[in-house]
Amino acid sequence: MGYTITEKILRAHAGKKSIKPGDFIDAKIDFCLGNDITAPIAIEEFNKSGAKKVFDKSRIALIPDHFTPAKDMRSANNAKLLEKFSEKYSIEHYYEVGKMGVEHALLPELGLVLPGNLVIGADSHTCTYGALGCFSTGVGSTDLAAAFIKGECWFKVPETIKFVYRGKLKKWVGGKDLILHTIGDIGVDGALYKAMEFSGEVIKALPMDDRFAMCNMAIEAGAKNGIIEPDHTTIRYVKQAIKKNNPKRKNFKIYKSDKDATYAAIKEYDVSKIEPQVSVPHLPSNAKPVNKLKNINIDQVVIGSCTNGRISDLEVAAKIIKGNKVKHGTRLIVIPATQAVYLEALRKGYAKIFIEAGGVFSTPSCGPCLGGHLGILAEGERCLATTNRNFVGRMGHPKSEVYLASPAVAAASAIKGRITHPKEVV
Amino acid sequence: MRYKGRAHKFGNDINTDDIIPAKYLNIKEPRELAKHCLEHADKNFAKKVKKGDMIVGGKNFGCGSSREHAPLAIKGLGISCVIAESFARIFARNAINIGLPIFDSKEAVESIKQNDALEVDSAKGIIRNISKKKEYKTEAYPPFLAKIIKKGGLINYVKR
Repeated sequence: MGYTITEKILRAHAGKKSIKPGDFIDAKIDFCLGNDITAPIAIEEFNKSGAKKVFDKSRIALIPDHFTPAKDMRSANNAKLLEKFSEKYSIEHYYEVGKMGVEHALLPELGLVLPGNLVIGADSHTCTYGALGCFSTGVGSTDLAAAFIKGECWFKVPETIKFVYRGKLKKWVGGKDLILHTIGDIGVDGALYKAMEFSGEVIKALPMDDRFAMCNMAIEAGAKNGIIEPDHTTIRYVKQAIKKNNPKRKNFKIYKSDKDATYAAIKEYDVSKIEPQVSVPHLPSNAKPVNKLKNINIDQVVIGSCTNGRISDLEVAAKIIKGNKVKHGTRLIVIPATQAVYLEALRKGYAKIFIEAGGVFSTPSCGPCLGGHLGILAEGERCLATTNRNFVGRMGHPKSEVYLASPAVAAASAIKGRITHPKEVV
Repeated sequence: MRYKGRAHKFGNDINTDDIIPAKYLNIKEPRELAKHCLEHADKNFAKKVKKGDMIVGGKNFGCGSSREHAPLAIKGLGISCVIAESFARIFARNAINIGLPIFDSKEAVESIKQNDALEVDSAKGIIRNISKKKEYKTEAYPPFLAKIIKKGGLINYVKR
């Protein structure tokens, strides 16, 4: 009997000859991370445990990205805890404001998470790195504290659902639309406790940024991880990241699913029928084709986050917005995910395009995605965002609304002041 | 272990933003977090809860972010355990890791009404509805997880 890529990576890190879905394992981790929301509790647990040192100072990242640059004193104190802990234990991957980026964009960019790795993060969107062909999953703060001590984490081996995408993508349809459509199909608990393996000719042709967006939102279907088998696109991305940033760990391993691997289910999609998607309040699974949403005025557009704050996201938005103005009565907030994305957006003139159109261009932060800062919604306001969650009150007032979509739909909607198909403005 | 208290009913897909909105995530103390527990769903929830009470949710309880603040807020409020039809996975592992007992039972969730008096016998895997004089089965923890709980949480487990 064969194994899926997820099972192979877990088996290798648990040091077992064989595993099967449902098994509980203790597995060695290659890398772990925490942020200014989750790491303070992990640090407290670590300190309470009486541990004297961390398992490996080169395999921990502490990234203050959620409420930073600090939005208030409490947040400043929490960010300070990360800095002090990093200093005390010589943590090699602590990223202060100025070097910091949204964690799930930053770590792949720096070449710190690699194909075949087992990665945990005290943040639910840690599943993003599965786009590199690693097993990567969100855990809690206590899990992170335990990882600091032992370099291990417990897992229940998940079953895998295979998603196969075939056909030709329509113009303006990309990774974000595919994942919103998929979550719309299976529901917010459609992959509960399971691995989502994305495959097929459409995935093979997708750029890395789109693959990151897909794996990023696996959690929104309840999944443990999202994963894509590495191919030449992955390897090219990883080699460039390693060359540019020279991380300590440069070796990686390519795993692929066996032909006779067992899947809990196989779902097939003909993508040529999929329109740009918008998930309406208040669940990511409420996905609808954008052309079905008429006359929905919006007060704010947010382009950014660990889902869609990468350079190709800003590029598609800038190209649509170029020469246009943001509609009076609508705010456009663009937040590049990392300093490198920020610099490239400056160099390529995207920042200027957003600002000249009447938008703002912010320093990297998770910011408004989770209702932190930099664009909180008032009572009754409506926002279209390239982020990942549209729960009640997610971006501010409990009576505000969030619609989820791709950067292309977001840019077109900013120009019109209502939810808009990109083809209307291009 | 036995837990006793009244039921507070919630629906499906109660997410961690419902349990503790992100604006409070710069707080770490469970008792402070508890004051805002589930305030999006019920503004006065924290005031209604008596020590030992139970939350009864529907499907996919605790979906969304990995914030451990969510089970900490629930525990800080004095809730003895959470019963749901199913739990989102990060919430479930966080609850186990910090010692907040959780039990899944579709049958119990369908039958229990707001304010029903409940008793849970975790060793036997039985949920009793005292108000309705009914009993429901719940799964006992698998041995691996029972070991973590017996050790008093994950940190003690890894210190083994």
